Formats: sequence, C-alpha cells, structure tokens
Amino acid sequence: MANPMKIRATAKEGVTEVKILMQHEMETGLRKDADGTLIPAWFITEVKAQYQGRTVMEAQFGQSVSKNPYLLFRFKGGAAGEKVSVSWVDNKGESRTDEATIAA
Amino acid sequence: MSNEIDLSRRKVLKASGGVGLLALLGGIGLFRPSDALAEWNKAAFSSKAMDEALAGLGATTPEANAAGIQLTVPEIAENGSVVPVTVSSSLANVEQISILVDKNPNVLAASFTLPQGTEAFVTTRVKMGQTANVVAIVKADGKFYRTAKEVKVTAGGCGG
Amino acid sequence: MRTKQTYKALLLLVLSASFSAVAAEATVTDSDRIEQYREMISDGNPAEFDEMRGEELWKKAAGPNKVSLEQCDLGKGAGVVKGAYSEMPRFFKDTNKVQDLESRLLTCMTTLQGFTEDEITAKPFASDKKQSDISSLTTYVVGQSKGIKMAVSTKHPKVKEAYEIGKRIFNYRAGPYDFACSTCHATTGVRIRMQDLPNLSHNKKDAQSAYTTWPAYRVSQGQTRSFQWRLNDCFRQQRFPEPKFASEATVALTTFLAVSANGAEFAGPGLKR
Repeated sequence: MANPMKIRATAKEGVTEVKILMQHEMETGLRKDADGTLIPAWFITEVKAQYQGRTVMEAQFGQSVSKNPYLLFRFKGGAAGEKVSVSWVDNKGESRTDEATIAA
Repeated sequence: MSNEIDLSRRKVLKASGGVGLLALLGGIGLFRPSDALAEWNKAAFSSKAMDEALAGLGATTPEANAAGIQLTVPEIAENGSVVPVTVSSSLANVEQISILVDKNPNVLAASFTLPQGTEAFVTTRVKMGQTANVVAIVKADGKFYRTAKEVKVTAGGCGG
Repeated sequence: MRTKQTYKALLLLVLSASFSAVAAEATVTDSDRIEQYREMISDGNPAEFDEMRGEELWKKAAGPNKVSLEQCDLGKGAGVVKGAYSEMPRFFKDTNKVQDLESRLLTCMTTLQGFTEDEITAKPFASDKKQSDISSLTTYVVGQSKGIKMAVSTKHPKVKEAYEIGKRIFNYRAGPYDFACSTCHATTGVRIRMQDLPNLSHNKKDAQSAYTTWPAYRVSQGQTRSFQWRLNDCFRQQRFPEPKFASEATVALTTFLAVSANGAEFAGPGLKR
C-alpha cells in the first residue's frame, strides 16, 4: 500500500498555505539496476488538493519530479480547524489520500 | 491551439493504457468521472524536445515575459536529483503553471492547474540530469507566457 | 543650502550603496550559492518519513519476546526519548560500556525484544530494495533531540577514555592512501570539488554544524543515513576496512565528534545533497 503523505496547512491573513511531502520513488524508467535491467517507470501522474469539496489545486507530474515529491501552493480562504485533503495517483494506478487540519 | 489539446486527448483515450488508467481511477472512486477535467497529458509529458512539449501543452509560441513571471531556482544545484523550483506570477487570471527542463530526457516536469481563488504561486522539486535551463510557462487569460533561468548542476564531493 | 546638503548626502548614500552592492556581488562565491541551494531545499525533509517509521517501530511489539522498545533506556530512564540523543554517547552501567545511540538500540533490541545481534547488524543500512529498522529507529530518536543543546559529558572516566581514543582514531594515518580523518577534516578552507570540508578538530563552529545535522536525508541517494553510515563512508573513502556495526572504534570516534559539538543545538535529521 502506498505510504502516507505529510501535509501542513497554515492559514494567515486570509490565505491558506499548503505544503505537501509525498512518499514515492518517482522512478524515471531510464535507470538500470545492479544487473543492468531497466527499472520500469513508476511515478505519480496526478495530485489533487481539495478544500470543502472543491478543487483548489490540480497538478500533473512527469518522470522528472524528484523522489518523494514536495509541493507548496496557496489558496484564498480557509480557517484554522478546517480540513484540506490531498490525493495522488501514479502510473500503476496506485493511489493515496490524506487529510490535514488547517493551523492558524 | 485548442485543436492540439483535443488531438492529444484523443490519443490518450485511444491508447488502451489511458482508458485503463481512467477506468481504474473511476473504479477506486478517487477521481470521479466528473472530476476528470484534464486527464494526464501523456503527449506533453512524453515529449523529448521543448517544441513538442510546448505543443503538448497547447503553448506553441509562448510570449517571453520575464517581468510577469517570477522564477526562483538556485544558481547552482549541489545535486541534480533535487532542484527546488518556485514559479509565481503577477499576471492577471493565471490558470496554469508548467515547469520544464530543456535538457531532460522528458522535458516537461510538472503542470499545475490553478482554479480561481488559488494564488499564482507553486513550489516543487525536479530532477536535472545536467546543467540546463529551467523554463516556466504561465497561462494567463488564455495566453501563454514564458521565462527561463539556467541552473548549474554539479557533481558532489564526498562529505556532507 | 539645506536642500543642497541633503542632496549631497543622498548622492553619497546612493553612491556608497551602489559601491557596496558591487562589492557584495563580487564576493558571492560558489560556497554562498551552495548555501543558497541548501537553504532552498531545507523545507520538507523526507527524513520525516523515516522518523514516522521509526516511531512506529519503537512502539510496536516485535522480536521473539513480542515487546516494544518503550522500556529501552537511552540514558535518561526507561522509555525517555526526548533529549536522549543530545547526551549520547554515554556510559551505561548495565552493559559496562560507553554506547552511542546505534549500539544502545542494538542492546535494547537484543535484550528486550530478543533479536540476535547478527539479525540486526547483517544489513544495518537501508538500500533501494530494503529499509532498515535500526536506521529508522535512529532517525526517530535523534529527531526527539531537535532544538536541544548537545551536552555530552566526559565526567565518567570511560567516556573520557572513549573521547581520547576517538581523537586518536581521527588522527590515525593508515591504509593504502596513508589517510586519516584529519587529512580532510582538520584544516579550514579546503574542499572537495564544490563542497567545503568542515574542520572538525580545530573549528568549533564547523564541528558543531556537521555533527548536529546528521543523520540526514541524502538527496543523491534518496535515503536517510545514520551517523554510523556516515563514518563508514569516510572509512571507505580512506580505503580502510569497514568497521563492524556499533564497534568500540566507531563509538569512540562518535564520542570525540559529539563532544566537539557540545553547546550547539541539535538540528537533525538534516537534508543534504
């Protein structure tokens, strides 16, 4: 099963800043293992962040996003105690959804 | 421009992989079909060259705009496997921000769709195989703008 | 008249400001640029995942005895993790030895949980294919000393002895290259390629900043690396034989380096190239 994300959301002056750290190999499909066999591509393709049922950020990734992807964005609104949820899917169809409570 | 996008979408849908992935996503209930506004842009992300990647994004001839796009990258990356990139824009109605690396095997690294109410500001980290230009493409009010900065990628020493 | 003077002063100010700007620009070194890079990646450290994993392992019943490590005494009493690392290595009565964190974890995993030493030390470091439990536990424990000042006491004669032995190992030249740790790490202002090498024996600040940022997530390897791993890597580069995991030699060297970092706030786990 896919491993959990770390999500930190902070509301300040009417803007919520969301920092996301995902656990994923982000294998390019161009690397070879010790035996010289090509390691198949395995990477997150889509990330979506939602706040109160609406999408506040949608990202598409390719192979060149770093291992254990990091993402930061800001949206207007949001208050301490409310939730932000983040989901990702990868090219193998694996997925993960985590939620964070907005801090002040 | 919009034809390009339609074309690439059709390509994705035609490819059995694309259909499989979408079906799977629908199946696990993560991305409801109604949410699938933009399925993964396979054509753009598979591009080996800048022109191709830009076409895949529908941004064939982006207008150079260094003033309206703030691209923050390190001058030197101590390691190419993690290069921090921040793109923000003072342009009105920014809908999309894309990050590309001109010398990477797959040129397009990431593309962000920013709905109304989300600031034109994203930070992420990308891999770079060698010293290259990081290119930011911003779509604002339906038009594409571009800026770029070089990042020197060094080979590391031993310590830390 | 006054206006004129103000104008002159302003002109001078502008001039001097632009001069200092030029001067500042001219002195931006590659070291500064690398520092800028490190600053930019300092947020969002994937080592946090290893801390999470380590915490789960700490609290999970495991081994033949099916107990957790929550009764493990890291020197501040059974189960006390907070601040334990910033006082290690230290002397432990039950083993009659000076132990660093990794050797102490080994003691707890064998005595409390019933693992054999060989099981744990066979593969003590993570690889692409397999994570390492003892390494994740280490990451968790060190994270609980973040912000706490390094205070390794050399009051106990055995710790003092370990410190002295560690210092000797640091300066001990041997191997096919006739190398010592001090060959690279006892002079200020030397570097390998782009990396400045910290002067660990004669520069307090270097010694502190190096020690307090290990263990660290190595972006080039995509793994969180423990301090023992770091020492082993130095020995490898000196073409020395690989030290046995948690050996007296590495505990001694760790004692020397930890004591040299005393007084500085612990800042690990770090994030490095």
